Amino acid sequence: MPDAIVAEDLVKTYGELRALDGLSLEVPEGTVLGLLGPNGAGKTTTVRVLTTLLRPDSGRVRVAGVDVLAEPAMVRPRIGLSGQYAAVDERLTGRENLVMFGRLYHLGRKESTARAAALLDRFGLGAAADRVVQTYSGGMRRRLDLAAALVTTPPVLFLDEPTTGLDPRARVDMWGVIEELVDGGTTLLLTTQYLEEADRLADSIAVVDHGRVIARGSSDELKDRIGGETLEVVVGEDHQLPDAVSALAAVGQGEPVVDAHARRVKVPVTTGVRALIEAVRRLDDAHASILDVALHRPTLDDVFLTLTGRPAQESAPAAGDTAGEDASPADEAQERTSA
Amino acid sequence: MSLAGELHDGLILTKRSLLRIPRVPETLMFATIQPIMFVVLFSYVFGGAVPLPGGASYREFLLPGVFVQTMSFATAATSVGLAEDMSKGLIDRFRSLPIARSAVLVGRTTADMLLNVFVLAVMAVCGVLVGWRIHTDVGHALLAFVLITLLAFTMSWIGALIGMSVRSPEVASTAGIVWLFPVTFVSNAFVPIGGMPGWLQTIANWNPVSTFVSAARELFGNPNPFGSGLPREHPVVLSFAWIVVLLGIFVPLAVRKYRIATSR
Repeated sequence: MPDAIVAEDLVKTYGELRALDGLSLEVPEGTVLGLLGPNGAGKTTTVRVLTTLLRPDSGRVRVAGVDVLAEPAMVRPRIGLSGQYAAVDERLTGRENLVMFGRLYHLGRKESTARAAALLDRFGLGAAADRVVQTYSGGMRRRLDLAAALVTTPPVLFLDEPTTGLDPRARVDMWGVIEELVDGGTTLLLTTQYLEEADRLADSIAVVDHGRVIARGSSDELKDRIGGETLEVVVGEDHQLPDAVSALAAVGQGEPVVDAHARRVKVPVTTGVRALIEAVRRLDDAHASILDVALHRPTLDDVFLTLTGRPAQESAPAAGDTAGEDASPADEAQERTSA
Repeated sequence: MSLAGELHDGLILTKRSLLRIPRVPETLMFATIQPIMFVVLFSYVFGGAVPLPGGASYREFLLPGVFVQTMSFATAATSVGLAEDMSKGLIDRFRSLPIARSAVLVGRTTADMLLNVFVLAVMAVCGVLVGWRIHTDVGHALLAFVLITLLAFTMSWIGALIGMSVRSPEVASTAGIVWLFPVTFVSNAFVPIGGMPGWLQTIANWNPVSTFVSAARELFGNPNPFGSGLPREHPVVLSFAWIVVLLGIFVPLAVRKYRIATSR
């Protein structure tokens, strides 16, 4: 399969700061690449370079078969961009916005109107179509922004943190919309701070830190690399700790870690919920009282801790990525099953 | 990009800016209240205190000055509008579209110019109510209005450059205006320059604002008492020359700024 997006050795510096430090990536046609990283890792800067908004100091970029640096005007008709902030005119209605973008993509008046109506319906904005965007919720604005990027069904689409700042429900809605899109064969580059999001939407994930790709692979490959999930048990009595350790040792990988003070025992597991059920059964057989059982999925923090040896939050913010995308990824990407 | 393509894109974005006007009623309200205030305040407060040679009417003298001053302040609206687009990420979106590099700026400045035609009409009516009259023919008067409108358009391009340079709408609303106070007041817009100290008179005489005001006074047939040299002899021709020069400088600068604009 030919690559729809190729970036080689991108470098962009702002004074001392290397926002992009030899970043390379490629996205085969019709697939989804998730660019995963904390604030300031260089995700937004990468998207800006790929979408002709920013010239790198050095490197090569091809998008949809066109050399982006040599012929930016040839690339623009072939791409759609939806950024972190809903970039639509707040004073216009949803419909007026989409018709305007249609006309700017050189669709005829009739075609723009029809296309706007179809997109508004598809994104669940039909009822709000003739309301001024200012009255929209955050989720509605993002959907409208995405719709604006799809006016001409471009073959290559860039979504820069499409769900940052959305509440959980709006996020799930957005994921549904993006999944539908990808089923249609669009090549998508998606940036996100949430492993869960990359996990769900991307065929392949590139972890970015300090302006370079530090790991690549499918979601499963990355999770394996960072040790999968962690099973955690808290027992009621100190003398039950050995039972907990042996129960967890039986279902997990390696030696369980004991926090005697909190009466907490932890172990990495690869079999997920099955390991949890088995551990609970063993503890129950041993008549241990269980105060809490939890299965932690790997979070972006775990990925970073494993790959870089330090937590994600310590990454210095780079120009191009901004404050404001500061929601804690750990809280949101973590899935907890409490018993 | 062909010229037709550029015009098409510019027109679409002009329509966008025009659609916004009724959605923000304050725009229109303040755009008209301020000039009306100037007409009324200057007419009644300064009117009696500024003696004109030959006992000419101050109000007839004043109105072209208020027209030119108000149109110069058109800069601010454009600055704020573009800084707002910039801070909301709209400029990024536009820059990623296959449209002419000039389209966003052409759209904004054209829409602002059309809004200013309306403001100018309001001021003219208000002027007639306080006693301002046109003493020439329709052709000359029309030429005066065209000149003043073109001035507003030109100032908008300067505002566009300012707006994209400062990026934040809050800063733009000040940066777009503050330099205009000395520029418009050190001129013949509100008082005859004969009363100023010599060095200031020289500045005021060559200040393009004075040239525009003189041109408007000449075309309307209003009292136009002072000045010397070229600005005194050929204000109309010199005004058009100023427009060509200013557009020639600021259109390319603004378009260049837009091409490399980064919102954050």
